[in-house]
Amino acid sequence: MAEVKVFGAWGSPFSKRVEMGLKLKGVEYEYIEEDLKNKSTLLLKYNPVHKKIPVLVHNGKPISESLVILEYIDEAWEGPNILPKDPYERAKARFWAKFIDEKCVPPMWKACWSIGEEREKAKEEASEALKFLENEINGQKFFGGDTIGLVDIAANFIGYWFPITEEIVGLELMTQDKYPNLSKWAYEYCNCSFVKENLPPNDKLVEIFKGIIQAQPASN
Amino acid sequence: MADELVLLDCLVSMFGMRVRIALAEKGIKYEYREEDLDNKSTLLLETNPVHKKVPVLIHNGKPICESRIIVEYIDEVWKDKSPLMPSDPYQRAQARFWADFVDKKVFDAGRRIWRTKGEELEAAKKDLIDALEILEGELGDKPYFNGDTFGFSDLAFITFYSWFHTYEMCANFSIEKHCPKLIKWAKRCMERESVSKSLVDPITVYEEILMLKKKYGY
Repeated sequence: MAEVKVFGAWGSPFSKRVEMGLKLKGVEYEYIEEDLKNKSTLLLKYNPVHKKIPVLVHNGKPISESLVILEYIDEAWEGPNILPKDPYERAKARFWAKFIDEKCVPPMWKACWSIGEEREKAKEEASEALKFLENEINGQKFFGGDTIGLVDIAANFIGYWFPITEEIVGLELMTQDKYPNLSKWAYEYCNCSFVKENLPPNDKLVEIFKGIIQAQPASN
Repeated sequence: MADELVLLDCLVSMFGMRVRIALAEKGIKYEYREEDLDNKSTLLLETNPVHKKVPVLIHNGKPICESRIIVEYIDEVWKDKSPLMPSDPYQRAQARFWADFVDKKVFDAGRRIWRTKGEELEAAKKDLIDALEILEGELGDKPYFNGDTFGFSDLAFITFYSWFHTYEMCANFSIEKHCPKLIKWAKRCMERESVSKSLVDPITVYEEILMLKKKYGY
């Protein structure tokens, strides 16, 4: 019998990506919550290179990096496709998932937690990046078409985590005016039953983010 | 109907070299177009509006960007000839992981080596050596990162061999001293025609970098 374990952190969008992938395929797994301030020996053994979550361990063999894990899940198990079948569509999906990780998430996160000029610069970068996604989603229900796919799973930070954080820190970046398509996508995404069941509770995330604000030095 | 393939590229780009190796492995004919990165062509800006970077592969008018993604695309479309990715899902995940590691850790540190001085340069050198030593460990006693045969993970990293001389000259160290297995592996890969024909002479790369250093004051 296959043994599947996920080492994750409940509040991490990267961790949730992996769980979403497994749930999409109907795969049963054991979830192990990691304390990121006190990483377990097992995590360090399974991901000695980056020492990060998430890690998927399948029959004792570890895989790290959430996008790599999602492709593995798609290939190892039958069920709804995470990536399209057509090579050109697959290339596009990989492109946008990578774009989200490299060009969207970092400046979006930075814009939330920095101040002054640094915040303005991050906001500018994030705004530009989101414009590309706004054009890409263009009237489709999901990036994957009628159903959720790799890009939608990768964009979980944009759809769920970011709007919550934005509101708490008082940042107006992903507004409905500026990004009507993305805002619509985020709504569909967060309200589809599959995703809803797999998101961390709003109030718990709010608590964590408010804690981060309180721990910061007083802003000007 | 014959396939029409255009590769927008830059001779010394280690990312472009990856695509050239993949196309050579599959015996695919294509048109190579050298881009001047200070004066990018309209075609490049149209086919890669997001990143405006090389390489871009245009297949029957449809552009594919990002070298690892292009190589996987080539492998999937021309799947009956010289497969680059392993067939086992776990091995495929490992190949993707290590190619990603090369981009995140080797490329970044390498880039900082020729663009910085003093303390920043020393930090970049340490980061590069750390990354290369991890790769040396991963290779172990295998002939290739892919195992017994040349594959995707070898292709992803071998193109950086063109740049080793540049890194060594800029940071004043020897990669072979730290990672002898990597050098043996690189020479083994260079025996492959697709690799030796696609990699650029390290002296050419170094001369290009010296020119850029002078031009931009690095």
